[in-house]
Amino acid sequence: MTELAETTNGTDTAVAATVPLTLRVNGKDHDTAVEPRELLVDVIRERLGLTGTNVGCETTSCGACTVLLDDRSVKSCTVLAVQAQGREITTIEGLADGNTLHPVQAAFQRCHGLQCGFCTPGMVMASVSLIDEGRATDEKSVRAALKGNLCRCTGYHNIVAAVLSAADEMEADK
Amino acid sequence: MTPAPFTYYRPTSVADAISLLTEHGDEAKLIAGGHSLLPIMKLRFAAPEVLIDLGGIDDLDHIRVEGDEIAIGALARHVDLELSDLLRAEAPLLAHTAGVVGDCQIRHRGTFGGSVAHGDPSADLPASLMALRGTIVVEGPGGRRSIAVDDFYTGFLETALEPDELVVELRVPRVGDAPWGYQKFRRRGIDWAIVGVAYQSEPGAGGIGLVNMGPTTLRASASEAALRSGASHDEVAALAAEGTSPVGDGAGSSEYRRHLARVLLSRALAGRSTT
Ligand SMILES: Cc1cc2nc3c(=O)[nH]c(=O)nc-3n(C[C@H](O)[C@H](O)[C@H](O)COP(=O)(O)OP(=O)(O)OC[C@H]3O[C@@H](n4cnc5c(N)ncnc54)[C@H](O)[C@@H]3O)c2cc1C
Ligand code: FES
Ligand code: FES
Repeated sequence: MTELAETTNGTDTAVAATVPLTLRVNGKDHDTAVEPRELLVDVIRERLGLTGTNVGCETTSCGACTVLLDDRSVKSCTVLAVQAQGREITTIEGLADGNTLHPVQAAFQRCHGLQCGFCTPGMVMASVSLIDEGRATDEKSVRAALKGNLCRCTGYHNIVAAVLSAADEMEADK
Repeated sequence: MTPAPFTYYRPTSVADAISLLTEHGDEAKLIAGGHSLLPIMKLRFAAPEVLIDLGGIDDLDHIRVEGDEIAIGALARHVDLELSDLLRAEAPLLAHTAGVVGDCQIRHRGTFGGSVAHGDPSADLPASLMALRGTIVVEGPGGRRSIAVDDFYTGFLETALEPDELVVELRVPRVGDAPWGYQKFRRRGIDWAIVGVAYQSEPGAGGIGLVNMGPTTLRASASEAALRSGASHDEVAALAAEGTSPVGDGAGSSEYRRHLARVLLSRALAGRSTT
């Protein structure tokens, strides 16, 4: 068994069996093997090596672990990796097109929507999803739609500005 | 924060899910969105030996008109209810309530069936199901049966579901634009309700459901009776906490909760809703 299972769960002496799992991440199939109890965020980070997705609270509160599952934002610390089989997963690594940033990433840069950057991958993924759902209509709606994402640097003003700016740009490009 | 080990099954039909429940009995737990179950499994408050994932069943998330009712599949997610044009037109209280659950990410995962089946008195959707006098359609080895929402909740986190049954559908009457209101009182936007009140006006289907005013989702029976007998909204609201038994905790005393129920019902009766 892998280190993951042993280190995250020192009290379980019997090491459970893994099951084969194919996850589709950023448009590519990844064949891996996981214990059914492994969280999606851990599999993305530890088994697939995609460490752009962060872990903050581990309790569905902070949103740092937000990824898209079939284009909808979810907190990957509260999804089992096995639950994501057959679905399309998008992480922060999958947003840019080569060297061209996604409009939401570009807007965060342009509007200074980040300070330490820890919350940023989750903020960006949540923003992509809320814009897609038509929730970026005004400041109040953006704030409501981002309430599941916490920024310890508390730079919410510029984050909201970035989301509105990106939404405008994406609307104009339609 | 990884759950304890379990054996994982992913049936692709309701019938297969029922066979697995029958086979594994008490050791098994269903998982739908996992947004009530996984947090408690991560904390090791729950450690089922077998997990039966309903996520592989792909025809159980419908929202459609059936006669004078709206039928909603148990696996419809909160966001599906929130953004459904049909539900907004036919049972707007329910669509609105779905939109005040948690945050966007939680609403993208949590299911209507899971919220109803969990039996948490602080959940929002069951209160609106109660206000709408909805029914819960469950299926087991012997087929389907319908349970009125008033008969469904039997205790804290306890329901009338048999161990080998699952919730397959929720049904509410089509009430159109009849007046309604949903009030959820909380300190921060991401919190659960300290108290919540769901109000749907008559004719026929109306009612008042209470969030977090006792061990289960409750009906404000005294207020409903007053409403039917033509009492003023003030008189109706004053009875909101009759027969309830709210707990006192860090968020507020039981007397504070009773006060909230009265204030929130008066706002809901006026057609006002929190977002
Ligand atoms: C951070 C956070 C904040 C939240 N805030 C709110 C809030 O403000 N208001 C609110 O109402 N809820 C809130 N929730 C809970 C959320 O709405 C859950 O999604 C919901 O309560 C459970 O639905 P689920 O599909 O995730 O169920 P699961 O977690 O998968 O299951 C819950 C329980 O129901 C059983 N079950 C699931 N589906 C079925 C079925 N079809 N038939 C029989 N049994 C079934 C499971 O076995 C389990 O016991 C919050 C959750 C989190 C993590
Ligand atoms: S790490 Fe998942 S919400 Fe905080
Ligand atoms: S930029 Fe530092 S946590 Fe948000």
